[in-house]
Amino acid sequence: MKTFYGTALSNPLMLGTAQYPSPAILEQAFRESGAGVATVSLRRESGAGQTFWNMIRELGVLILPNTAGCHTVKEAVTTAHMAREVFETRWIKLELIGHTDSLQPDVFQLVEAARILTEDGFQVFPYTTDDLIVGERLLEAGCEVLMPWGAPIGSGRGLNNEYALRAMRAEFSDIPLVVDAGIGLPSHAAHAMELGYDAVLLNTAVARAGDPVLMSKAMAQATLAGQLAHQADPIEARDMAEPSTPVVGKAFLS
Amino acid sequence: MTLWSVIGAGVAGLAVASELVSRGARVQVFDPGGPPGPHGCSWWAGGMLAPWCEYENAEEPVLRLGQEAIEWWAQRTDVRRCGTVVVASARDLPDLRRFARRTEEFAEVDREKIIKLEPDLTGFGKGLYFEREAHVDPRQALRDLYRQLQNQGVEFHRKLAPAQLKNAIDCRGLHAREYLHDLRGVKGEMLVIRCPDVELTRPVRLLHPRMPLYIVPRGDGVYMLGATMIESEDSSRITARSMLELLSAAYAVNPAFGEAEVLEIGVDLRPTFPDNLPRIRRLGRTIYANGLYRHGYLLAPALARGVADLALDNTHSEMVDEDRD
Repeated sequence: MKTFYGTALSNPLMLGTAQYPSPAILEQAFRESGAGVATVSLRRESGAGQTFWNMIRELGVLILPNTAGCHTVKEAVTTAHMAREVFETRWIKLELIGHTDSLQPDVFQLVEAARILTEDGFQVFPYTTDDLIVGERLLEAGCEVLMPWGAPIGSGRGLNNEYALRAMRAEFSDIPLVVDAGIGLPSHAAHAMELGYDAVLLNTAVARAGDPVLMSKAMAQATLAGQLAHQADPIEARDMAEPSTPVVGKAFLS
Repeated sequence: MTLWSVIGAGVAGLAVASELVSRGARVQVFDPGGPPGPHGCSWWAGGMLAPWCEYENAEEPVLRLGQEAIEWWAQRTDVRRCGTVVVASARDLPDLRRFARRTEEFAEVDREKIIKLEPDLTGFGKGLYFEREAHVDPRQALRDLYRQLQNQGVEFHRKLAPAQLKNAIDCRGLHAREYLHDLRGVKGEMLVIRCPDVELTRPVRLLHPRMPLYIVPRGDGVYMLGATMIESEDSSRITARSMLELLSAAYAVNPAFGEAEVLEIGVDLRPTFPDNLPRIRRLGRTIYANGLYRHGYLLAPALARGVADLALDNTHSEMVDEDRD
């Protein structure tokens, strides 16, 4: 199993911590799903969210701080440094928004910020598109994980471009890959894992579900199912029926 | 006869005092800030009595307990019963569908019906109308409670409550934090604007995935725009981002809001427990009533009822989560 900068995940589900009806429900969602990683945003209200951050720490899972809401390299780098102090971790989910409407990552600034942060000792998890060349540039910049989007953040559209995600999996066969953003349903999460992705990261699909706790369980089970399916080497789809019982002796050519 | 000492004259303290007095108890109130004013976070509230809308992102007690608020307040202040209109821009219609699934007691309204309800809401093709909801002017409501309590013989002490007070009911919100270790502050920011060009008669909610907004009419062209919800405990200022979001959402509701005067900027922290629901705790000789979160006016009546049940009848309502010497 691939590791994330040397750390193996107990569970390939990474859950965000924003938008839940209450911290109590957030806590239950983590407990019921067994999610292995909690992402947490620091951009807003630098420094004054201590009480909430303590609640996140008490979840007892690995914490992946993020730079959500940052639009420039400078903002992202500052936020990463703050995150390292607050959560005492070198991990940082690097998110650089290029477009306020689509929340599409600005991959040019992303590569630049990844280089700066890696040189500074950070272990960067870049939120990127499914572009192979950008992926290569991020690896050159020192990233050892890639997190391509399934679809725009919060859209719940699933894997918009399965072909590109397959190509990415094939191209970066040794690199841990995470589908980040766009997952709306457990079937989307299972789909990503069936493609051989190493984890999925989602937030809105759970936090804004009518019953976030139930949905977190569904996501965890689907993620695990997809992972098992990938390991089990699924059959190829084909155009003709292939009977599972022998047909010899039957008049199948009539 | 026992003299009950309510500490804190915000919406929680005044509602508790009012409920106790209505059941025949003797009450005094302590608040070093004096009469209701900008020092209390309920001063900055929206004043919506909207249990059905709030249920979209709250747990069941908010829906059920919130429904007693309208009648409770109507006996004490001017309650405007004209419902709530919820709209979303065309691109955010999935949010409107979700809102409808998560709530009840509404009618779906099309462009024509929306305009019939609110002639200045011309930009929306679909919406929801929650006819049974109501709202109060929160500052007027506090002033009315304060005046009624004075008329009923309740003494208000403009000072800190003495230590070791017997029969104390602590309604100090976030100031009671040292005794309520699981209480936190959730930052809210709001604006009061004047815009006579826009005429809205009922609260309007604009759904948006990142910046939901409500607009509450205060009369005479004055509107309250609210409110952000941020897990932060810094109440010193509004951020430029929050102000931009509030104003641009209002502009999206009606571009004439672009010409509004900004009268007030409010920032405060909502006292909140981890499940975002209020609590009553009796620890020794003090009853703590706290954690109204964003539901100050909506849940204060149920909180007050629970406190009175505990104080006067020694019965435990569902909000009581701890009772020990």
